[in-house]
Amino acid sequence: MKKIGKLLSIVLAITVLSVLLTACGSKPAPAATAGASAAPATEQPLSGTVATNGSTSMENVIGALKEQFMNDNSGVTVSYDATGSGTGIESVANGTCDIGLSSRALKAEETAKGLVGTTIALDGIAIIVNAGSKVSNLTVDQIAQVFTGKVTDWSAVGGDAGAIACIGRESGSGTRDGFESITKTADKCKLAQELTSTGAVIEAVKNNKSAIGYASLSAAEGQDGIKILSVGGVTCSEATVLDGTYVIQRPFLLVTKSAAPLSATAQAFFNFATSKDASSLIEKAGAVPASK
Amino acid sequence: MDHGIPIQAAALRPRRTGGAKKAAERAMGGIFFLCGAVSVAFVLGISAYLIISGVPAIREVGVWNFLFGTVWDPANKSGAAAFGILPLVLTSVYGTAGAVILGVPVGVLTAVYLAKAAPPRLASVIRRAVELLAGIPSVVYGLVGMIVLVPAIQKLFGLSSGACLLAAILVLTVMILPSIVSVSETALRAVPKEYEEASLSLGATEIETYFRVSLPAAKSGVAAAVVLGVGRAIGEAMAIIMVSGNVANLPGLLKSVRFLTTAIASGMSYAAYGSLYRNALFSIGLVLFLFIMIINVLLNVFIKREKA
Repeated sequence: MKKIGKLLSIVLAITVLSVLLTACGSKPAPAATAGASAAPATEQPLSGTVATNGSTSMENVIGALKEQFMNDNSGVTVSYDATGSGTGIESVANGTCDIGLSSRALKAEETAKGLVGTTIALDGIAIIVNAGSKVSNLTVDQIAQVFTGKVTDWSAVGGDAGAIACIGRESGSGTRDGFESITKTADKCKLAQELTSTGAVIEAVKNNKSAIGYASLSAAEGQDGIKILSVGGVTCSEATVLDGTYVIQRPFLLVTKSAAPLSATAQAFFNFATSKDASSLIEKAGAVPASK
Repeated sequence: MDHGIPIQAAALRPRRTGGAKKAAERAMGGIFFLCGAVSVAFVLGISAYLIISGVPAIREVGVWNFLFGTVWDPANKSGAAAFGILPLVLTSVYGTAGAVILGVPVGVLTAVYLAKAAPPRLASVIRRAVELLAGIPSVVYGLVGMIVLVPAIQKLFGLSSGACLLAAILVLTVMILPSIVSVSETALRAVPKEYEEASLSLGATEIETYFRVSLPAAKSGVAAAVVLGVGRAIGEAMAIIMVSGNVANLPGLLKSVRFLTTAIASGMSYAAYGSLYRNALFSIGLVLFLFIMIINVLLNVFIKREKA
C-alpha cells in the first residue's frame, strides 16, 4: 500500500507540473485575430522564433518592438539576450543568434567578416551622477579629464570635496566604445568599477554619492536617485540627440550577416523594426528613430 | 540426515541456476563501472581540452610574460594589448586566502559547537540555518553584497567606491561557511566516543577534550572541508563580479580588483573566435584548473601522511 501511495503522488506531481507548463506556454488568442486581419491576405501567418542578442542599452527599444511584433504575430516568439554589444556581434558572426544588437558602429574587422549594421535609432549616452551631487553640467574636456584620472576630486569641477569614483562598462560594451571614442579616452580611462550592463551602472551610481558613470539615455531617463548631466550646456534629450547638439551619442544597430540570409520570420521582424511604423515605439522607448 | 524438506518437493521447486544469477551480478557490476568511468572520462576530457586550447596562447605570449606580467589589458584598441595575469592570480589567491582565514575558524568552531556542545534543539535550528545558507544561489549573495555591503564599506572607510577586495572576501567567506560547517561536523561526529570518554576520565575538561582529542582525530575530515571551501571560493564568478569592481589592478584590500574567474566570465562572450584574447581566456582556465589540482594533491599528501 505504501508503494502505491508513493507512485500515486509521483504521478500526481508530474500531472500537475505538465498542466502548469502547458498553461504557461499558451499564447493569448484574441490578439491573433486583430493581427491576422492587418497582415496581407496572401501570406501565411508567421511562426517560429527570432533570436536577438546584444546591447544592454537597447533593452527598452527592443522590448517595445518585440512586444508589438509578438502581439501582431501570435505564432512568433522574439527573444532578447542582454549580453552586451561585443557579445551580440560575436554571436551573430558565429550564427548563434538571428539578429545581433549593437550600440556602436561596426569596426573594420567586423565588416570584413561580412557583418552588416542597419541603424534603427540614435541614442544619447547620458553622463549620470548621484542625485545628491551639486554638479549639473560638465564639458566634454572635463568629462575626459575626470575619467582619465587627471581630475580626481569633485571640488575641481564644482561639487563638494570628495574623491571621484568613475563607474564604467566592460571592454566589449557598445556604450563604453561610444563614450570613449567621443571623449577621446580610449584605453586611457581609469575606472573604479567595470560593470557588465547599463542597468548595473545606474544602480551603482544610485548607491554611491561620489560616483559618475555613463549609461544609455533610454535607460537613464526617469530614474530616481540619479541626475543626468548636461554636456557643454546642452541637456541630454531625444531632441538634442536628433539635431546633433548633444555630442555624446551613438547609433543602435541591427547586425546581420550577409552570408547567412534571415529566416522569413526574422526578416519580417527586421523589416518591422526598420519601418516607419516602428518610429513611434522607438521614440516612446527613449531613443531617436533613424527613419524619421 | 533430516533436512526437513522432502527431496522430491525440493527438486520440483523452481529455482534460478547459479549461472543466471552470476550474469545478473556481473551486468550490475558493469553498469556501476560505466557510471564511475563517466566521471573519469569527464575529468580526462576536460583536462585534455583545457591543455590543448590553453597552450597556444601561453606559447604566443611567452610563459614568463603570461604568468608574471603585471598588466592585463587584452582588449586594448591601440595595439598595446597586454596578457599578464599576475594581478588576476594574486587577486584570486588573496581573495581565497582571506575567505579561508575568516571562514575556517568560524566554520570549524561552529561545527564543534553543533557536534558536541550545543543543546539539541538549538543545534537543529543552527544546522537548518546553515543548510539554508548553502542553498542560496550565488547571484543572491552578489546582489545583497552590492546593495548592502559595498555602500557600507564605502562609508566605513571613506572610499569613493566600496567595491573592492574586502567586499569580495566577505562575500566569499559567507559562501564557503556552509560547506565547511557541514563537512567538519560530519567528521567530528565520526570521532569514536571512546577517545573523548577516555580523555574526560583522565581529568580533562570538555573544552580541552574537544580541541586536543576530537579535532585532531577529525583532522582529515576538517582538511577535506577546507579544501571544499577553497574550491568553491576560487571558482566563484557571479557573486564577486557584482562586488569586486572588476578593474585589473594588483590587489590591495581596498582596491578594485579582478579575479581569474571574472576575467573568463566577462571576456569569453565577446572575444572573437580564434583571437589571442579568446585563447588567453582558455589559458586562464588552465591555470585555474592547475590550482585546483595542486590543492587536491596537497590534500591527498596530507591525508596519506596522517594515515602513515
